Amino acid sequence: MTRISRRGLLRTGAAAGVLAASGLPLRAQAKRGGRLRVGLNGANTSDSWDGRSIADMFMIAAAHGTVFDCLTEVAADGSLVGELATDWEASPDAKTWTFNLRSGVTFHNGKAFGADDVLESLQLHMAEGSKSGARPIVEPITEMKKTGPLQVQFTLANGNADFPYLMSDYHLLIYPAGQIEEAISQGIGTGLYAVESFEPGVRFVGKRVDGHYKDGQAGWFDEVEFIAINDQTARMNAVLTGQVDAINRIDVKTEALLKANPMIRVVDSPNNQHFTFPMLTDIAPFGDVNVRRALKHGINRQEMVDKILLGHGSVGADTPIGPANQYFADLEPPAYDPDKSKFYLKEAGLDSIDIDLSASSAAFDGAVDAAQLYQASAAPGGININVVQEPADGYWSNVWIKKPFCACYWGGRATEDWMFSSAYAEGVPWNDSQWDSKDNARFQELLIAGRAELDSAKRREIYTEMQVILRDEGGVIIPMFANFVEAVSTKIGTPDKIGNLWQLDNTRFAERWWMA
Amino acid sequence: MNSVVTIIAQRLALGLLTLLIVSIVIFAAVNMLPGDFAELILGQGATPEAVTAIRSDLGLDQPPVARYFTWLGGVMQGDLGNSFAQANFANFAGADVNSGLTSVADQIRPRFANTMFLALVTAAIAVPLSLTLGVLAALFRNSLFDRIANVGTLTSISSPEFFLAYVLILFLAVLNPWLPSLSNIYDGMGFGERLQRTLLPALTLTLVVTAHMMRMTRAAIINLLASPYIEMARLKGLSPMRVILRHALPNALAPIINVVALNLAYLITGVVVVEVVFVYPGIGQLFVDSVKIRDIPVVQACCLIFAAAYILLNLTADILSILSNPRLRHPK
Repeated sequence: MTRISRRGLLRTGAAAGVLAASGLPLRAQAKRGGRLRVGLNGANTSDSWDGRSIADMFMIAAAHGTVFDCLTEVAADGSLVGELATDWEASPDAKTWTFNLRSGVTFHNGKAFGADDVLESLQLHMAEGSKSGARPIVEPITEMKKTGPLQVQFTLANGNADFPYLMSDYHLLIYPAGQIEEAISQGIGTGLYAVESFEPGVRFVGKRVDGHYKDGQAGWFDEVEFIAINDQTARMNAVLTGQVDAINRIDVKTEALLKANPMIRVVDSPNNQHFTFPMLTDIAPFGDVNVRRALKHGINRQEMVDKILLGHGSVGADTPIGPANQYFADLEPPAYDPDKSKFYLKEAGLDSIDIDLSASSAAFDGAVDAAQLYQASAAPGGININVVQEPADGYWSNVWIKKPFCACYWGGRATEDWMFSSAYAEGVPWNDSQWDSKDNARFQELLIAGRAELDSAKRREIYTEMQVILRDEGGVIIPMFANFVEAVSTKIGTPDKIGNLWQLDNTRFAERWWMA
Repeated sequence: MNSVVTIIAQRLALGLLTLLIVSIVIFAAVNMLPGDFAELILGQGATPEAVTAIRSDLGLDQPPVARYFTWLGGVMQGDLGNSFAQANFANFAGADVNSGLTSVADQIRPRFANTMFLALVTAAIAVPLSLTLGVLAALFRNSLFDRIANVGTLTSISSPEFFLAYVLILFLAVLNPWLPSLSNIYDGMGFGERLQRTLLPALTLTLVVTAHMMRMTRAAIINLLASPYIEMARLKGLSPMRVILRHALPNALAPIINVVALNLAYLITGVVVVEVVFVYPGIGQLFVDSVKIRDIPVVQACCLIFAAAYILLNLTADILSILSNPRLRHPK
């Protein structure tokens, strides 16, 4: 008897597109009823139901996780399942993708869902001059057509084996065709909860839709209420006093107080979020691979995880591919060794080196402390780091990719190609180490080759090699991966496996959790 | 009476001038902050093209002086304009899409009503409390009660608001779950629940404003107690309570009213920290959110409201003290 793992099936299934109607496992203990109250950060008075402008936690959870659906969905175990699409199929070159859509789905206003809704919704992001956050995802689509009332076909400029994964992005919400403006202003989607009230930057209340296609698989609450609590202490107080049932992003320094409360569980999930120190490889001295290697051996990664993350994380090996990725290689990170730093500096023809490292709390909580730890650990190896404390305001526009060496964070991406294409492909705007074929031509070739490869085993080889290249030569020091640390009341039941691509069960808590 | 009208007119004119200066200072200050709306709304994802596109849509590429006068022109006609968030949304979604928020005024109105509600609840607790404490402290001056009241109120006014807020949360919400630590009131909430949710922020503000009012009441009354007519009243055999309430208090009203009005102004303008700590959806929180994304039209409008509240309540304080003191009404 051969055992087929769910993940293995899905990997091969990416080509064949064989998928069950929905991959959500049945949960015996889940039951309907109750009202979920969640305190979330990342709320702004500028929030709206427009998928093109969504960028922060509150609206990702409310729009993508609650009111709207996408074509595909990343399940809690990291596999891809159908949401508004049931299955999909690629041509052998991964350039043409055909999606079959779910039948019998209706929008909250009663309109039936069909192929036109998909085309018109995606068109929003592709339009000329679109400022959508998902523009890079939809840009390679050269043609999009309806091949049946419940079938759409996409043609891409280049093969992309991850295309169905990209369709799960939280920007790519499906709106009712012909009523998109109304849907954006009122929040009309196909999700499990319809908008009851929404006040930007303050509060969202959703009411469970009757007769939904996910009935029996998800959507256990009668009502959900999201409360905007941007202040971390206020969020902690709210969950401590039982005014909300769950919060995201707790302060790990005061985690012990939450743990002491028997009504609260602290949920700690390893994921792709990583804290980095990118250097601009087109600026001396960082153009020299030996200098980069000296810097890689000058950082004490475990100390960073212990002191900055207080243990809520894991050490990184200078690759942005994390535990929530499919082809995570789990490489041995460059060891902290001042002698090696000295050795590589000598290779570069130097005895010691003086560099500025810009940091600010905008990069990540504790970034300045992390820079100072780096300063202390690098000094014995002949690397004299001068920590420059930058203002948090305007950090991303004035410091990041402007100063040669700074602190930064990345939320990580669902797929390897997406992550590399965002920040490590030659010439892309967010390439924060100016990493290009002058630094390593092989890496850029592999990136193109891996994208169109449908064979899972070959992709693993390619992506592993790319991760090794980044570890040994890359221009970004990635000392740590930070867990999502959240607090959930014991009144709430959660599945055994919680999604780790985004915070709070891939922001799908309103769908997947229940009143215990 | 004419003199009062003249004073009001003069003060209102000066108030308008103050508002103008405030608006210039705020505009300059917000523009001096690093980063602008386009960069902050795009965050880490700010590509130069997207930043330029949003800037030109919002007119942020115009020189600051031109932008200021465009804004001022609108305000002169009673139009506070559209928030950048709203204008940006319209550019995203098409101008005819209704996001539910059409202008700065629409955005501020419900928030301002919430802040006024908080101020009223606080005033309803703080004013009677501090007057009573003040009168009692004057009556039993230098007694143990007087000392405790003084030390207590002075301690609370000397502590930062967020500290008082957390102390109250600790004792009234965490250790003894009597009151909610979260004051997220919203439309359609019953009055009783709304009041209950507002109680903790109101108590925090009460602690902040009580000392000033109570000390002024006490000082004003004690000051009068040395007057010959009080001694006369006492010699008539009146009870000390009656001496203070009937004879001393009416004459001490002028300075007390003055201080009460000043503290009411503080309740509107000084709530920013308290609203953030308690997640109270008032104008202070809107102000903080707007500064965060450099939404200049909203920041400007909030500042104008703060400044106007301060100027008007100061004016009210002066007028009331003139009216309550006949000697000031009829200058020789």
